[in-house]
Amino acid sequence: MAILIDRHTRVMTQGITGKTGQFHTRQCLEYAYGRECFVAGVNPKKAGEDVEGVPVFATVAEAKQKTGATVSVIYVPPPYAAAAIDEAVEAGLDLVICITEGIPVRDMLRTRARMRGKKTLLIGPNCPGIITPGELKIGIMPGVIHQPGRIGVVSRSGTLTYEAVAQLSELGLGQSTCIGIGGDPINGLKHIDVLRLFNADNETDAVLMVGEIGGTDEEECARWVRDHMKKPVVGFIAGTTAPPGKRMGHAGAIIAGGKGTAQEKIEVMEACGIRVTRNPAEMGELLKSVL
Amino acid sequence: MKIHEYQAKEILRRYGVNVPAGIACFSVAAAVQAAEKLGGDKWVVKAQIYAGGRGKAGGVKLAKSIEEVRQFAEAMLFSSLVTHQTGPQGRIVHRLYIEQGVAIHHEYYLALVVDRASQCVSLIASEAGGVDIEQVAAETPDKIHKIMIDPLKGLNPQDAGNIVTRINLPESCRPEAIAMLEALYRAFDENDTSLLEINPLILTPENRLVALDAKMNFDDNALFRHPDIAALRDPDEEDPLEVEASKHGLSYIPLDGDIACLVNGAGLAMATMDIIKLYGGNPANFLDVGGGATAEKVTEAFKLMLRNPGLRAILVNIFGGIMRCDVIAEGVVAAAREVGLAVPLIVRLEGTNMELGKKILADSGLTIIPASNMADAARKAVDAAARFRSEAVIREV
Repeated sequence: MAILIDRHTRVMTQGITGKTGQFHTRQCLEYAYGRECFVAGVNPKKAGEDVEGVPVFATVAEAKQKTGATVSVIYVPPPYAAAAIDEAVEAGLDLVICITEGIPVRDMLRTRARMRGKKTLLIGPNCPGIITPGELKIGIMPGVIHQPGRIGVVSRSGTLTYEAVAQLSELGLGQSTCIGIGGDPINGLKHIDVLRLFNADNETDAVLMVGEIGGTDEEECARWVRDHMKKPVVGFIAGTTAPPGKRMGHAGAIIAGGKGTAQEKIEVMEACGIRVTRNPAEMGELLKSVL
Repeated sequence: MKIHEYQAKEILRRYGVNVPAGIACFSVAAAVQAAEKLGGDKWVVKAQIYAGGRGKAGGVKLAKSIEEVRQFAEAMLFSSLVTHQTGPQGRIVHRLYIEQGVAIHHEYYLALVVDRASQCVSLIASEAGGVDIEQVAAETPDKIHKIMIDPLKGLNPQDAGNIVTRINLPESCRPEAIAMLEALYRAFDENDTSLLEINPLILTPENRLVALDAKMNFDDNALFRHPDIAALRDPDEEDPLEVEASKHGLSYIPLDGDIACLVNGAGLAMATMDIIKLYGGNPANFLDVGGGATAEKVTEAFKLMLRNPGLRAILVNIFGGIMRCDVIAEGVVAAAREVGLAVPLIVRLEGTNMELGKKILADSGLTIIPASNMADAARKAVDAAARFRSEAVIREV
């Protein structure tokens, strides 16, 4: 398989009855094997109902027990989203994808602390989700721009990921799996975790890594790539022109105390053998050049 | 969100942290009255602006008489204070804080911040306080001590005690110092604070610990559960355009270039600024209309961008994804008509109903320059801005 999800994955939607949850569940059902993969929804007040033919259960534990789902996607509003992640972790799911944007940092700090030592992996929050093209889409990305193939994509952004994927597809470079890890400062899987998975995946040949200003995750990932990665990695870092001290849309995209600049990240990545383009219109071309 | 020093001290006082007695004022007369009310023979007149570096810029003055309080207040109030954080235009001082003077024996540094790498709150302390902490970190990193706080357990008194030892606080202050660190952490945690900085924390000649300055920033995403803190927002300290933008759910940051850009998604918005610069232009702003932009949002975004008098081109870069391009195209056309566009408009649309979107733009009768991809869009925007500039020169001649 690609990484984390494929057509055999069974998924539940937390917050399936809300407007966003319903809309995107429908889109996901219509993509590739979605109808087989999306088997449950969760809403304590609407148990027994269904959304687009997907049965709704009162709790994550019940949905897991009745349907065998091991992955969940969360569209719950920000004040309750961290508790929704906690519930999925408590129920022992393998993977949780949290799309919700705007969760308080304090809530995420506690949720991440509770996750230590647990088996559940988290993608997001504030992310577009994950897609294994031609098999399963879990999240809000447009399925149509993707093509099945052998390139892994990981990014902190939403639409910039779509831009990257569209460039790859345009060049005939399909994708094994594409993951948006989200734009929040406290999140689940980081670049380094996803690169580890791509490195071990025999259906991925090369990786496009898209980062942005703020934090030091890209640098940490770059050092790991230098020491362990067996496949070519290329990158782009957004925010070369971002002023310091300003939050650029994403809660985590901020140059604080002179740290987290694009320049710094690009330098470390290049020193670690990752080729980085300054031109966001040439991400696909750059990846093609290293194959 | 940021708040003023006096507001941060008000919060800390509620948690039992020692702060000097002080009164916030909006006029010189009130400043004089405040000094009289506070009593004593020394006062500190402090300009209240969000930016740091006030001391060096003349925004913090020690007055030894009521007359001096008046003089300093007169000089500071409604003047523009230029610090290393305000930019060259400075910040107009609208509020003063009059504090009782406190004698200083030694200055320390304390801060609580969210540490992204460890996903914990970290407590940072130093015996080298009262100066720029980044300089201390660069020159004498061994004087900076850091501990991570488990979000589920809170600050462990033993860890707090270790910090007290490492920054060489006198043994007699230990119980008071530990209690203060615990109070600071509670204030940080309970208010969804993203940064709490005490610089300096002082030791008085009587061995008392006092927070002489205080800075607190809050997590915008948590303000919904702190209406009391949200109410402290001072519009004088914020960019009116950024405030206006946030009302419409737009994320907008003005820059000093002349090519405005309107983009959906923060990452793509940054990348659009980057590519404009890469192709020789200068971005006028960061503007993220959100992943699910609507026609109304696009119209509001146009109004914001057009308030920039030096504008020479507008670049719209939308990767529609699931969002329909025809809806966005209608928004762009409606906005361009409503605001009476005088500068070149370059539009790149990608996603669902892309062809229909392009047709709407083409049939609108407006001079819209279509672009086929991001590179094409950036190149056309930079060219159009340069041409607009030279034509403007010709018009003036």
